[in-house]
Amino acid sequence: MTGPLLQARELRKHFPVRRGLLNRGGAVVRAVDGVSFEIMPGQTLGVVGESGCGKTTTAKLVLCLEAPTGGSVEFDGRPLVGLDADGVRRYRRSVQAVFQDPYASLSPRMRIGAIVAEPLVTHEALERGTVEARVKELLDFVGLPARAATLFPHEFSGGQRQRIAIARALAVSPKLIVLDEPVSALDVSIRAQILNLLRDLQQQLGVSYLFIAHDLAAVAHMSHTIAVMYLGKIVEIGPAATLARTPQHPYTQALFAAALPSHPDEARDDLVVQGEVPSPLAPPSGCHFHPRCPHAMARCASEAPGLRAHAERRVACHLFDGLPAA
Amino acid sequence: MREPLLELRGLSTHYESARGTRVTRAVDDVSLSLERGKTLGIVGESGSGKSTLALSIMRLLPTAARIVGGQIRFEGEDLLAKSPREMREIRGKRIAMILQDPMASLNPLFTVGDQVSESLRVHEGASRKTAWTRARGLLEAVRISAPAARMTEFPHQMSGGMRQRIVGAIAVACEPRLLIADEPTTSLDLTIQAQYLSLLRELQREHDLAMIFITHNLGIVAKMCDAVAVMYAGRVVEAGPIRQIFNKPAHPYTRALLDSVPRLTDDSHARLPAIDGQPPDPSAPPAGCAFHPRCPQALERCREQAPPSLTVAVAQTARCWLHVP
Repeated sequence: MTGPLLQARELRKHFPVRRGLLNRGGAVVRAVDGVSFEIMPGQTLGVVGESGCGKTTTAKLVLCLEAPTGGSVEFDGRPLVGLDADGVRRYRRSVQAVFQDPYASLSPRMRIGAIVAEPLVTHEALERGTVEARVKELLDFVGLPARAATLFPHEFSGGQRQRIAIARALAVSPKLIVLDEPVSALDVSIRAQILNLLRDLQQQLGVSYLFIAHDLAAVAHMSHTIAVMYLGKIVEIGPAATLARTPQHPYTQALFAAALPSHPDEARDDLVVQGEVPSPLAPPSGCHFHPRCPHAMARCASEAPGLRAHAERRVACHLFDGLPAA
Repeated sequence: MREPLLELRGLSTHYESARGTRVTRAVDDVSLSLERGKTLGIVGESGSGKSTLALSIMRLLPTAARIVGGQIRFEGEDLLAKSPREMREIRGKRIAMILQDPMASLNPLFTVGDQVSESLRVHEGASRKTAWTRARGLLEAVRISAPAARMTEFPHQMSGGMRQRIVGAIAVACEPRLLIADEPTTSLDLTIQAQYLSLLRELQREHDLAMIFITHNLGIVAKMCDAVAVMYAGRVVEAGPIRQIFNKPAHPYTRALLDSVPRLTDDSHARLPAIDGQPPDPSAPPAGCAFHPRCPQALERCREQAPPSLTVAVAQTARCWLHVP
């Protein structure tokens, strides 16, 4: 069996909070606080969680857009920390990104051909003819006609722009693509098109995805593994099919119970969780979820639970401490 | 039979370009009705005309837009015959509206107490003191903790979920009969969305409030609504009770829309049945049935003639030639 494509161990990113002129106080926001996960070749890791849970910061760490405060990331067996500029360049060739807003992520002044070719020009010394052929091939991959290369972004709809962004990400044949809310800005009838496209590309090219979204059904549909984050930590991680059906951590249960039904018969009125996500500036002691948790015990306020293996999953909750790690 | 609370008959709202050369039929011949205390969902993609429809009912249209035909009857009165001044008295008092962005709906320069009591003072002529006391009660009703202290705070001191609840408190302050919510939870996190929806449900029950949910999210419709109208290119292509629509959609667009949404309970990682093509440009919709270029069952006739609204089941209508025998 092959090893993981990407392995993150105890990854941390703390942001200092500036107060006043001299940054006294030394407060930090622990945006990502000891997160471990792996992404297998050709598979998708879905990350879900509410605002402030650290999912976007995690994506930035994976993209090398932020330097971690602690922990390590290994890609293809090689550690990222301590890479020289050349190494970072090579890494960025293997890891590309598609962002939420296709209106903001494409330069309005560049033609589609130039947009899609840019990573090729940056990373590879290719002749013009080769670049053009490759651009044509990429546009074809994402279902756009070759003549799209001569047009500007404003001539395309949101869904088509997202196809262009995907073509650009594919240009340098990356092994991993970070998808940060790739369909949230799109119309409902277009979302399925883009999700299908991403799926087909994964099957054809064997690319891995780190899929971040707040639409739980879309994440469950796309992912092999799902990680649920709450205030900088992973509270539960496991195979997508079983995690979505039988969430174990009380927060995962609350989150999935809050998902909107797909049919009126599934609609339920019981609220599973009260209150709001606390400020990441002052997260609660112990288990960060304990003030909202319907099962909270005394030790939850004092002792942070570790992420422990439980069946095929890992869950960070004291409720599962006494149970055998089957 | 009792008259419905709100009834639209053949409503059309058009946008005209400055020189009057281009006309966009944003709302085109829409007929709908809503009973007291019930909830109607209006679903559609961007450009389908759902927000323009809401603004038409409130008569809050931008200057380029004009209601060119049809009727809006609310509590037996013709809203289109009202003067701007009469409309001002209806808005906020008998029909209230909640918008998508809670930060943009609150004035950052006034305290929460001022803003919640404003409509009570304007519409009911309540004194500053009575309005303040009643406003505090409203904050309590929308489950704001420590309402007395919150009254003197400003919107920026509160979380998004709390601000949205304050917007809800303002909306129900004058006990309106109808609440129009335009994408009320799009900017909220999942657990906050669930809390807010159940709050709206509670307010509805307490005040016998009718609601219109304008949304692109079929999940909100499934959770909250009694009936739904599906809009496409300015027209209502299908309308009816939600269970009927979810179980037996009559219009190919409705069916395709329902099928294309991934489900949590679905194990299969197969491809989603997607709708090909793009939603039409509202200023230049296709001839005939606007959905025909994307419709897998399109007939010759669909290209030329727009289908009329047909009754396909009890209380269910669809604009589709497939239902003409």
